[in-house]
Amino acid sequence: MNMVDRLNALDRRWVFLLMGLAVAVPILWIGITGNTFPETPTPAAAAVFKAVEDQPEGTRVLVAFDYDPASAGELQPMATALLHQCAQRKLKIVCIALWPLGGNMAQQTIAEVIRADYPAMREGEDFVNLGYQAGNEGVMKVVLTDFKKAFPVDARGQATADLPILQGVQTVKDFPLLLNVSAGYPGSKEWVQYVVSASEGKVKMVAGCTGVQSPQMYPYFPGQLAGILGAIKGAAEYESLVNQSIGGDVAPKYREAQRRMAPQLFGHLLMVALIVAGNTLFFMGRKGARA
Amino acid sequence: MMLTRAIPLWIAVIGGMVMLVSAFLKPIEGLGENFADAFNVIAAIASVLGAGSLLKSNLSSISRRDAGWGYAVLVLFTFIITLVFGLAKIGVHPSHDFPTAAFSGKQETPDTPFGWLYEYAMVPLTSTMFALLAFYVASAAFRAFRAKNLEAGLLLGTAFIVLLGRTFAGVVLTGWLPEWASGLRLENLSVYIMQVFNTAGNRAIIIGIALGVAATSLRILLGVDRSWMGGGGQS
Amino acid sequence: MSRQRLTWIVLGVVLLALLVVRGFVGQGLGRVYVQADQVSLAQMDEKGADGSLVKVWKPVPAAQATQQWTEWSQAAPKAYFEAVAKNPAQTDITLSWPRTIGLWLAAFFTLAIFSFLYSDNVFYKLAEATVVGVSAAYWMVIGFWDTIVPKLFGALTPDMVIKWVQPSLQPAGAMQQASMWLALVLGVMMLWRLAPRGGWIAAWPLAFIVGVTAGLKIVSHVESDLMAQSVATMQPVVQLVPAADGGTDWYASLWPTLANALVLVGVICALVYFLFSVQHKGVVGATARVGVWYLMITFGASFGFTVMGRIALLAARFEFLFDDWLWLIDPNHLRS
Repeated sequence: MNMVDRLNALDRRWVFLLMGLAVAVPILWIGITGNTFPETPTPAAAAVFKAVEDQPEGTRVLVAFDYDPASAGELQPMATALLHQCAQRKLKIVCIALWPLGGNMAQQTIAEVIRADYPAMREGEDFVNLGYQAGNEGVMKVVLTDFKKAFPVDARGQATADLPILQGVQTVKDFPLLLNVSAGYPGSKEWVQYVVSASEGKVKMVAGCTGVQSPQMYPYFPGQLAGILGAIKGAAEYESLVNQSIGGDVAPKYREAQRRMAPQLFGHLLMVALIVAGNTLFFMGRKGARA
Repeated sequence: MMLTRAIPLWIAVIGGMVMLVSAFLKPIEGLGENFADAFNVIAAIASVLGAGSLLKSNLSSISRRDAGWGYAVLVLFTFIITLVFGLAKIGVHPSHDFPTAAFSGKQETPDTPFGWLYEYAMVPLTSTMFALLAFYVASAAFRAFRAKNLEAGLLLGTAFIVLLGRTFAGVVLTGWLPEWASGLRLENLSVYIMQVFNTAGNRAIIIGIALGVAATSLRILLGVDRSWMGGGGQS
Repeated sequence: MSRQRLTWIVLGVVLLALLVVRGFVGQGLGRVYVQADQVSLAQMDEKGADGSLVKVWKPVPAAQATQQWTEWSQAAPKAYFEAVAKNPAQTDITLSWPRTIGLWLAAFFTLAIFSFLYSDNVFYKLAEATVVGVSAAYWMVIGFWDTIVPKLFGALTPDMVIKWVQPSLQPAGAMQQASMWLALVLGVMMLWRLAPRGGWIAAWPLAFIVGVTAGLKIVSHVESDLMAQSVATMQPVVQLVPAADGGTDWYASLWPTLANALVLVGVICALVYFLFSVQHKGVVGATARVGVWYLMITFGASFGFTVMGRIALLAARFEFLFDDWLWLIDPNHLRS
């Protein structure tokens, strides 16, 4: 068996091992040194930052947590950075979830960002978690006509009709900005289809999506979507923008996506090398067969 | 025939027409919302069917002593224990705002048995199942992705640009290009690909899907397509 | 002894040795600490939004409380080390055995799933059986407490729900009650599929689901995906960028114009490709071919993003193993 044949028949477990090392070693290195790569924001990520930055202080914004722990690796840094910028801009934050575990993700993010670093913000007045509501697109249809009917109580069980933060809110059109972190269905696509398109331009939306979903959301940008954070790279770009604008010492929890770019780099380089190697072996084998 | 074909057909048509018309007529907007609520309750009740199927297949595996029936015992054990802890909200403290309502607390609270199962069993298991895909993508890239023709070459070339351009590798490899050629830097190329070519391709797919959904939905709402009923479906 | 078995034994011994060594080096590994939070509540009168007095539950000192219990929240190991350094006899922050055991179980499950990469084995099968059982029950519990109780029971038996689950529940109107009766009847019909006879009745709720889905999707897809996307495509192709002197910067105008033209051409060509009722020959064939090229570039971009997503998820699992379990790294400074 010559070299080409031997490599063609290579046990795939060696490839698995290479991928494991390509991801694990940079994580250990970054974890020990704390260094990260510099990030240059792309227009889509910069647009998300600008959309939040343009909101005047005290504006009510809706943050939809449509993901679960399985996708938290990509999406949690986005959610953290979004809440961080909103809290720093002194916006009034209303969190909802259309995924069952999204309510927990909202609670966790609120604890990590707002309760930890913005203790002066009061629940019910400056921020609130309305928790999960079953119904997928049905909920989106209802929030277009009666927001409090869709979310009658918050995550603590208190009636939303009594919450100061929701005074004057009739429909989702009373939120000038919708920030969505989405892992699939229901998520960004459905928010665009059912809410943004039907809101007569009153609701501006920005979306943070997984790598699988991001390419499908680009056609909506910049018309129906004001900005997109695509996968962990988008999260890293947005994090760096938010951290730069806030300045000072940045807590490690606000650099999670930037830390993950190191394993991304080596993982991607390995993928490119594997594709090149595979094709090289293929063409060499074809040439040998013809000879 | 009436009970198994005609009545279900009318149910589908009426249900669908109400949803369609409620988007345009304000007086029946509420009816549309109520139908959507009913839809969700039926879907939640239907999960019992899934549980029934799970119990049936695992119990029969155990009774027949099939190979690996021990794992079926584990499936049933974990299913029942999670169900009992969750449905009974065992160990769940009530909400701080309504402490006298015994079941007002959230069942996923971390210091409860159900929350423990969620945090230390369900989350690591489902997350790791997803993470496995990275290895299989790498293996597929080596064994299957071949630039056999122009189209495949375009796909792989684009993949290279996006893979490298979306990491620091893009900056290192092409950051030296002068300003007038900055459009050829990998990071800028990947942005251009996403904003132009990917947008065009996905937009066409989206429009195509929308046309397909509209056509299929209309066929269902007009009773033309009955394939969902089973047993041959055209009128 | 087979080679595979030998590999498993070697891997197991190496892992065990690493764990033992790690356990005795530095701060050790894999422990979860918790802090006790005493909840003490009493009911008080408070002025509501309309000026009337309403009874609300408020936190009070323990001596005045009528409802009391202890909740446990996770504390960073650093907080424990600092508390013990100040006062070795402190009991505010303690080691949580249930959560520590849970952490090790989570690590075991993670490694068990990863072990499938080498070969199918008993640990993977155990993990697989666990995830099937736990997740099936989990979704049922979510469906019951988050949908059936607030919507179905909340409409049909509101007093029971208000007393035991959701005191702030607003009673449902007549229309909502009627729709919940409909849902209950159709739901029971759905379950009749499990019965030995009469399973055909499940076609009725299925018909409702199919019809409602069709009605829901058609409006949104036509409005958002068909019309809005078509409008977004029908933008002026030529985009002129003004120059500093008030004229037109033709060089700067070239690039957005080219981009708009490429998008328009791409959408049209790809849509022509999807016309399968017309033979792809001649002009149609050439147009469809260009459409295929656009689609290949789209799929290449999708592949690149998918890889990015998968690697991010893998990185998150490795971070759990190295940070939360083995305490090899501390990127969030939770231990130092």
